[in-house]
Amino acid sequence: MIAEAGLIALWLAASLALLQLFLAFAGLKGGKVELLAAMRPVAVAQGVLTALAFALLITLFLRSDMSVLLVAMNSHSAKPWLYKFAGTWGNHEGSMLLWVAVMGVAGGAVALFERALRRDTHMATLGAQAAISLGFYAFLLFSSNPFARVDPPPPDGQGLNPLLQDPGLAFHPPTLYLGYVGLSVAFSFAVGALLTRAVDAAFARAMRPWVLGAWILLTLGITAGSYWAYYELGWGGWWFWDPVENASLMPWLAATALLHSVTVLATRDGLRAWTIMLAVVAFSMSMVGTFLVRSGILTSVHAFAVDPERGSFILALLAVYIGGALALFGWRIGSVREGAPFELVSRETLLVVNNLLLSVILGIVLIGTLYPLMTEAFGHKVSVGAPYFDRIAGPIALTLMIAMAVGPLTRWRRDRLPAVGRRLVIPATGGAMAAVFIAAVAWGRIGPLPFFGLTVAIGVGIASLAPLWKRKLLRTPLFTWGMVIAHLGCAVSLAGMACDSAFTVEKLVAARPGEAIRTAGWTLRFVKIMPLAGDNWTALQADMAVDRGGRAVMMRPQSRFFTSPPTTTSEAALLTQWDGQLYVVLGEEVEGGRWQLRIWWKPFVTLIWFGGVLIALGGALALVGHERRGWLVKWRSRRAVA
Amino acid sequence: MKALIALFLAFAAAPALAQTALPPAPWADRQIPDARQERAAKALMETIRCLTCQSQSIADSNASMAADMRSQIRERIMAGERPEAIRAWLVARYGDWVSYAPSADPILWPLWAAPLVLLALGLVLMRGRIRRSRS
Amino acid sequence: MRRILIWLPLLLFVAFIGLFASGLFQPDDRIIHSRLVGQPLPAFDLPAAASDRPGLSSEAMTSGQPRLLNIFASWCVPCMVEAPQLMALKQAGVAIDAIAIRDARSDVDAFLARNGNPYQRIGLDARSAVQIALGSSGVPETFVIDGRGRIAYQHIGEIRADDVPTILARLEDAR
Repeated sequence: MIAEAGLIALWLAASLALLQLFLAFAGLKGGKVELLAAMRPVAVAQGVLTALAFALLITLFLRSDMSVLLVAMNSHSAKPWLYKFAGTWGNHEGSMLLWVAVMGVAGGAVALFERALRRDTHMATLGAQAAISLGFYAFLLFSSNPFARVDPPPPDGQGLNPLLQDPGLAFHPPTLYLGYVGLSVAFSFAVGALLTRAVDAAFARAMRPWVLGAWILLTLGITAGSYWAYYELGWGGWWFWDPVENASLMPWLAATALLHSVTVLATRDGLRAWTIMLAVVAFSMSMVGTFLVRSGILTSVHAFAVDPERGSFILALLAVYIGGALALFGWRIGSVREGAPFELVSRETLLVVNNLLLSVILGIVLIGTLYPLMTEAFGHKVSVGAPYFDRIAGPIALTLMIAMAVGPLTRWRRDRLPAVGRRLVIPATGGAMAAVFIAAVAWGRIGPLPFFGLTVAIGVGIASLAPLWKRKLLRTPLFTWGMVIAHLGCAVSLAGMACDSAFTVEKLVAARPGEAIRTAGWTLRFVKIMPLAGDNWTALQADMAVDRGGRAVMMRPQSRFFTSPPTTTSEAALLTQWDGQLYVVLGEEVEGGRWQLRIWWKPFVTLIWFGGVLIALGGALALVGHERRGWLVKWRSRRAVA
Repeated sequence: MKALIALFLAFAAAPALAQTALPPAPWADRQIPDARQERAAKALMETIRCLTCQSQSIADSNASMAADMRSQIRERIMAGERPEAIRAWLVARYGDWVSYAPSADPILWPLWAAPLVLLALGLVLMRGRIRRSRS
Repeated sequence: MRRILIWLPLLLFVAFIGLFASGLFQPDDRIIHSRLVGQPLPAFDLPAAASDRPGLSSEAMTSGQPRLLNIFASWCVPCMVEAPQLMALKQAGVAIDAIAIRDARSDVDAFLARNGNPYQRIGLDARSAVQIALGSSGVPETFVIDGRGRIAYQHIGEIRADDVPTILARLEDAR
């Protein structure tokens, strides 16, 4: 009955979305803004129903109900409960249901919590959100039903891909989806504002927290995913410029640009058309990414069960929603007045530079990712990978970092160049000293991109703290703290990337138990190798006693064998130190009782993800900072009334 | 999304199950004693696409053919061959597809021009938004 | 100017949709063909892979008559699937040589004893070196080599019964 209940909840949610769309239409057409009051409960109920459907699917997975096709195909009764739980979204249908649930809940939240938006715009926004949701309900119900039954049920399921059987699966996809789909709210806001001609500073202030919220989660999701791939895939890499990764990076780039342009719109009432365009682009990139991944047109034929019907369905959704929004943009934006132009030396200009460079990087990633598809249409197969992206996007990203350092040290409206220069003396000196030091230590070993990366990271790191200079730290507004910490996070992350690519020491060795391996100041004593049994796997585990002069620590890399489905994975052992990570992978047995080992010492690599977390934390502080001001104003006005 | 990558890699690795039991080629997972040569070999391997797994470089693949390619690359680097010559040799056999570094083939000119076009377009857009200081 | 810029995103998007649709509906061709088709066979000289057949060199492939060069391995399942077709080609009078990839002599002997031996010569390519030099991307693959030692055609994957006429025709073309 649980599966049927889930299906009913989805159908009900879909009909409520239809009702919501109809109410918005009627309200806007007839100018009856009081219909908004009726739309609110409808949107909230829709959110509750989608969340319920998702909870029911989780229940089915937890109970290992093999009479449900999706569970039988993707789960196994002998799996630990965490992977039964997380396995709910480790497949196409389940992750689409998660997508729809996030969209429904986000719509409900906009109905419930948004109070700053003009009422007609609010109505149009909820209508747009319902319209997008409807397409995805249709996709789920007509071509990806997660609740379909199988008769007779198989004795047991086929199991979850062992590479996904990791705590990372419990955290990474939900966070990423919250961010991905959370951007649908910005999209709906933009459509709503275009429909009701409400593109102004007040609109931007209303939209900002929603953008910020989605952006924080997207940042966390990408950071977590990168770390997961880093330790799970066992090659020591944390970013591969794979189409699937690029698909998650593109919405983030657009959302980051949007975050900054919406601030310009909120503060200076400028960049109106541009902000609307970015809001449309950000969620469009989420949808394009989903299409690229699920249609299988970019990854290999082995990648996913390639289903042309599903691919066409998502493509149709893309065409309708993105095409519709862009057409609306073209039709309406002409009537949106642009504000007065900015002074050359002003924070606005630097934010425009930020937007320009982020958009160029976005364009490069998009074109680089799709280029193999374009040439294939001409019968020419090419690959575009790290050498292209690093060489082209790298220098632009470094320029962007510099703009990021200068921006907060420049005044709104108008500043004087010598004054800005004076504020940059200390960071520039720090960067220059770092450059000299790195050159002296590592000349010849360090490539140009890591060299400039590290230099810029240090200079920008100092500069990002400068807005706190000579301020009373406790009296500094939270959103200033948020900006400082997020910008510092970018510098920290960049420093980690540069250190990893410049100073990583790799050691490949075939060793037998009893031998000691020396690399990068570490001594690894290969103590023994033992078989081991886990919940649903068996493994060979190597015991490595590891030290660099002090007390020895035990590291235990494994080679795991799963039976359902039959797969071998290698579980890397990681030792985290303040100055880096030691990464050990156990390979196959080679002749003479020797085992192939891959060992990396990665100085300061953890800064990459620590920086990512700082960026998200900065976002969270900014969100609380902006919102708290709103709460305070409201509280005071209420007291004044009393 | 990273979950999906993992999913993808697992499927891609599936055909590799039917691999030979022969020990890997001598230089597949052994480093060249000369650190400079090893760096050059590694940098090249990271940009050569694995043929049997389709979305990994040969540096990141367990497939036996990738291991044989790694061994061959190391041996040729040790013999004094230049990395770009090895890349060209592979491209002559497998086409541009095998190299993650796009070549200067005319069909790739738009790819290399794209960043410039985007920057130019962006600057044109920006010009209208900014005025010279009156001071 | 502004009008163009306003509609530019939509135009670009329509182009992308066209691209996606073409990617979605064009036949899924992930096969990497060797670029050496039409060029001379690279020089190689391989030791014998089986007990009762000699090894294989590129000179031996230049015999004045078109021949097949089959890339196989005893550990490869599709190679077993194509064995009957290769036997049929041999029966039709086609000269077939082979290269065994990453293999051991005892395994090759056992494979041939079970699946039949259509080969005149079998070279052992223990480290896939010749395979890579040929631009071959896996096992099994079959090359048509013309009488002057040029690669005339490459068949990727196992030879199925309905591929046999194509291969015979290609052999005829290479004559």
